[in-house]
Amino acid sequence: MSRLLPFFGFVLLAALLGFGIWWNSSHDPTAVPSPLINKPAPSFALPKLDVPSQMVSKESMLGKPYLVNVFASWCFACGEEHPVLMAESKTLGIPVIGYDYKDDAADAKAWLAQHGNPYDVVIADPSGHTAIDFGVYGAPETFLIDGKGVIRYKRIGPLTPDVIAQQLKPAIAALQKEAP
Amino acid sequence: MLQHAIFPRSAVSSCRTGTTWIAALATLMLALLIVSSTASAQAIDPLPFRDHAEELRFQHLTSELRCLVCQDENLADSNADFARDLRHKVFELMQEGQSDAQIKQYLVDRYSDFVLYDPPVNAHTWLLWFGPLLILIAGGLVVGYTIRKRSQAGTPSAPTDNGEDW
Repeated sequence: MSRLLPFFGFVLLAALLGFGIWWNSSHDPTAVPSPLINKPAPSFALPKLDVPSQMVSKESMLGKPYLVNVFASWCFACGEEHPVLMAESKTLGIPVIGYDYKDDAADAKAWLAQHGNPYDVVIADPSGHTAIDFGVYGAPETFLIDGKGVIRYKRIGPLTPDVIAQQLKPAIAALQKEAP
Repeated sequence: MLQHAIFPRSAVSSCRTGTTWIAALATLMLALLIVSSTASAQAIDPLPFRDHAEELRFQHLTSELRCLVCQDENLADSNADFARDLRHKVFELMQEGQSDAQIKQYLVDRYSDFVLYDPPVNAHTWLLWFGPLLILIAGGLVVGYTIRKRSQAGTPSAPTDNGEDW
């Protein structure tokens, strides 16, 4: 029996290693959990990308749920996410706001003209100051905000068809059920 | 940074000139290392501090905060664009007269405890803080149990050299 102890020790270590590999492949180790979930979204007022004189604010969006998708023309992963949004944004049933993060307005317009515009409205935050209030630390990130202005769901990294089907759409459905 | 350097093919293929190349490359790398280590983020990104004490406070505070883009770096040392934004925010909050604790809380409210290099003891981190102690206690119990069992069985606790007792 005691001769088998080193073997059991090895099996335990191997199991620990396997667990670590599994954990890191099923979880994004760089994703920071947002403390803002189920908290009121920060108040914001940002100009529209195409009409900078018009502002979109938290107050103007109150009343119905909406999605805020943080993107930028310089962001590589946003290019991966973009076709998914092009295909799915109209099927979500809620307004989708594009949040142009730390970007040059001309670059962003050219990027949207080239790849298509899946957004109902695009707002611009060239300095990234408001994004700090949202806890944004990169792009893409996506926030689901309910009609009372509370953040209900956040996705760090690109939206994929799987994430939309398994996480985002159920979250939207739950919102629409509680406030028809 | 150095991993992106492109090495000339001849450094690999030519044996005769190989040592000269390696020496030249080593010198170049050393020079790059010295340049990169002395060029701190602050030198690139000067902020209008009132006095040296305020600058020291800023340095201390940002060294305790994590850059979320490059998670093994603190805010003070990171050259990431995002880290610069957060440094500016910290500076702005300092100018508003907020205390270090208030500034940390501001960032924790938005970026969770993860932004702190020194995590607080709470329900999420107790395993992090006390896990090593638990493992030490478990190990001590196993050792204690083994010694007890051996002394009860009358066998010497010192290892015998019959080749089996490993």
